[in-house]
Amino acid sequence: MTQLSHIRNFSIVAHIDHGKSTLADRLIQSTNTVTAREMKEQLLDSMDIERERGITIKANTVRIEYKAEDGETYILNLIDTPGHVDFAYEVSRSMRAVEGSLLVVDATQGVEAQTLANVYTAIDANHEIVPVLNKIDLPAAEVERVKEQIEDVIGIDASDSCLISAKTGVGIPSVLEAIVKRLPPPKEGDPDKPLKAMLVDSKYDPYLGVVVIVRVIDGVLKKGQRIKMMKTGGTYDIDRIGVYRPAMMEVKELGPGEIGYITAQIKQVRDTRVGDTITTEKKGCETPLPGFKPSIPVVFCGLFPVDANDFEDMRDAIEKLSLNDASFTSEMETSAALGFGFRCGFLGLLHLEVVRDRLEREYDIDLITTAPSVIYKIFLRDGSEIELHNPADMPDPSTIDHIEEPRIKASILVPDDYLGDVLKLCQDRRGEQLDLTYVGARAMVVYDLPLNEVVFDFYDRLKSVSKGYASFDYQMIGYREDYLVKMQILVNDEPVDALSTMVHRDRAEMRGRAMVEKLKDLIPRHMFKIPIQAAIGGKVIARETLAAMRKDVTAKCYGGDASRKKKLLEKQKAGKKRMRQFGKVDIPQEAFISALKMDS
Amino acid sequence: MPLPDLWLGVLAENLTEDWRHGGFGLYVHWPFCEAKCPYCDFNSHVVAHVDQTRWARALVSEVERVARLTPGRVLNSVFFGGGTPSLMAPETVAAVLDAVRRSWTLANDVEITLEANPRSVEAGRFRGYADAGVNRVSMGIQSLRNDDLRRLGRLHDVGEAQKAFDVARSVFDRVSFDLIYARQDQTLEDWRVELREALSMAVDHLSLYQLTIEPGTAFGDRAQRGRLKGLPEDGLAADMYDLTQELCDAAGMPAYEVSNHAAPGSESRHNLVYWHYGDYAGVGPGAHGRLTVDGIKYATEAWTAPGKWIEAVEQGSGDSLFEGLSGADQSGEYTMMGLRVNEGLDVERIRQMSAQALPDAACQSLEEMGLLWRDSGRAGVTRRGRLLLNSVIAELLP
Repeated sequence: MTQLSHIRNFSIVAHIDHGKSTLADRLIQSTNTVTAREMKEQLLDSMDIERERGITIKANTVRIEYKAEDGETYILNLIDTPGHVDFAYEVSRSMRAVEGSLLVVDATQGVEAQTLANVYTAIDANHEIVPVLNKIDLPAAEVERVKEQIEDVIGIDASDSCLISAKTGVGIPSVLEAIVKRLPPPKEGDPDKPLKAMLVDSKYDPYLGVVVIVRVIDGVLKKGQRIKMMKTGGTYDIDRIGVYRPAMMEVKELGPGEIGYITAQIKQVRDTRVGDTITTEKKGCETPLPGFKPSIPVVFCGLFPVDANDFEDMRDAIEKLSLNDASFTSEMETSAALGFGFRCGFLGLLHLEVVRDRLEREYDIDLITTAPSVIYKIFLRDGSEIELHNPADMPDPSTIDHIEEPRIKASILVPDDYLGDVLKLCQDRRGEQLDLTYVGARAMVVYDLPLNEVVFDFYDRLKSVSKGYASFDYQMIGYREDYLVKMQILVNDEPVDALSTMVHRDRAEMRGRAMVEKLKDLIPRHMFKIPIQAAIGGKVIARETLAAMRKDVTAKCYGGDASRKKKLLEKQKAGKKRMRQFGKVDIPQEAFISALKMDS
Repeated sequence: MPLPDLWLGVLAENLTEDWRHGGFGLYVHWPFCEAKCPYCDFNSHVVAHVDQTRWARALVSEVERVARLTPGRVLNSVFFGGGTPSLMAPETVAAVLDAVRRSWTLANDVEITLEANPRSVEAGRFRGYADAGVNRVSMGIQSLRNDDLRRLGRLHDVGEAQKAFDVARSVFDRVSFDLIYARQDQTLEDWRVELREALSMAVDHLSLYQLTIEPGTAFGDRAQRGRLKGLPEDGLAADMYDLTQELCDAAGMPAYEVSNHAAPGSESRHNLVYWHYGDYAGVGPGAHGRLTVDGIKYATEAWTAPGKWIEAVEQGSGDSLFEGLSGADQSGEYTMMGLRVNEGLDVERIRQMSAQALPDAACQSLEEMGLLWRDSGRAGVTRRGRLLLNSVIAELLP
């Protein structure tokens, strides 16, 4: 067990490509945590998608032993956290498990939007923050300007920032010293009190079962202990305790302030909830840690295999993904047009895209994604109430008394240059302003917004209108009645259920117009003309006609062309297989999502 | 003396071999050009010097090799294509045609075509080609506008082309020429005037191709970089096509294929072998063939690079591929080829190749759209269907 005074727990906050992974690698390497032989790039990122999108979906942790200039040896625990608003809750839990953060900023680029949301989460968690300016070896580095920007935009003192090049290793010792000298040790922690530990994250390992990352507050975690999850009530016997260096290394016990992992024959990630409190089954602690929220999916959509024959493979893939992702839900669904598939729930749109990408890439299944939807509460005239997850299940409007939709409180931080555009965006999305205050040169805008206006492309639009400088966070605040209707899309006079959406009646014409115009561009021309309509009930509110293709013929085709041109035609035919047929019309897979994106 | 039973069997089998519906032709590829045209994706090469004797020997050797695979056949046509076959010495052409006569029986109406550039140098060789046995030339005039000829990278101008054309007419009974339209910045009116001029020159056959930007050509590269401007969009291209049909019909030279027009009876016999999905031997670098040997239809392909080809020939065979075609392959090729011509497909014949050919549901839906017709055991495309032929074929492929 390590004395609290010799423990430093921290996270790294950085924008993509600003050097978080490289810095982590250098810290690991320069303390000889791994041997040179074991060293490989980007030790902490585990999934392709994490690396590609520059996002972390699962928390990772590594324990570093560091002999400081004062001659003492310290234990440094780094937690690498997810960085997207969809995972805001997970980030806030990870941040609560550590006492300080390194804020890494690329000295050639300056502060970027993604950094802001996370640095504020760190500030909320009362972190001590050490600014680290990376890439100072590059000619384009502007150290003084970036320091000023950190002070202006974030509002923390940047005068004694660490100046480093994670690539060349320059300045790494100063970072290690700053961690020891400037970040605080864990504030409290008594090994003699009942066990109290935070469940930081968990992941599924095919050999070990569920591996749980924990931060011990009080008491001591030991092998063989019978533990209890205070929220879920599950009890387990610990069979392994260890730390990541970054490979798993077993230890005897974990004491107050320490971070590590346990395994306890837990079968599913679902049984472990991020933010839950772990204690002993007998003589456990009285009160759980504050701030626990069960993760509830808020966005739903249908996922269908493009090729119906892939359904069984898709079912297997979804089961495997569920093992490692407690926040993702799925149930089987049948659609007249799309056949068998799944209705899935997600924490947000990025989460949706990540899951879809993993299904497509890791399991090689082409998917059609239907219009994302939130959960509506439908109050029927007979006094009953139903939850609507899928617009296709909407009951007959004559039986409906009223409909309520979920709303959120959105907090947006934006440099005042972009404030006007951000306000306009919020107004356009049926928002009601709750508050507007200034923090230095930045405005803090608080809006009450319908969740369905946000789930789709709000975050993308926000980034675009603010040139990437706005940061965004939200929480659910409840349900409210509004004038909502189901809008159907008809392609060649046939309704395409997968494109049905719930919209506010006042915005239906605009949304309908935008969708049919988009679809006109997304659906390739056919040999016949295709009407594309948006309708509410039987009433058409927007209409476009996709003209028939007029010319598609090979001018020259002689003996020598038989093989080559036939291959081209076969390719054309194969291209059609990546589309879904609705009546006589082939609709490309990407149309289902793209049609919903609003450009302005 | 009666024929032995074995012979009767072979005869019966030959009578039922599918290729007989389309006849038998020989394609000879001459892969050399004086300059490469920016739109051309054919197998052509610019070289300083060609050893005509060595090439003649190689082509003859290939003709003889193919003849051994197809004994006893009647040959309906020979076509010298390229490249620029009018760069062949008349002696080279004569050597090949002598070998042809030794190898097969020629049909009474055998058609022997040579593609020619419309230049004075080449026109000087026309008499020699005729003496060698060529009875038809197809001239690559391409445009009757000097500006466009330059843009198309052609080495001739309109005046020279017309002179060469006159020489060709005086030497050969049958003369055809090619034009490329739907060119950069061409308007419907421009084309109307130019096509009228062309029709007034035409003898009995015309090939009118819309400019197609092929990947791997100079035009293709420019198009990819967004540097090829002024090409007509599909609507205008379709209007130009419709106008072409109208003017050619009025001039008595209706289309018998997508891009080919002829006075009735003057259709190119050779090209009909392709479109009727007959057998054809391909001789020369990159030449393709379809040959039925012992009841099995094979696809053949010769080595593309001239150097590689001639070495391969000198070691025995120029073919890089000799591959049997399944029934489905054949029905696919026949669909693609046969729908290009007015008479369309023989339904019974294609079903013999593959029971899955011409799926009824697809045919019916295409009929309802007015793109396909079915009548008296044949299926073909309507005029509107012809303009959408690739999409129609894609629907019909199994």
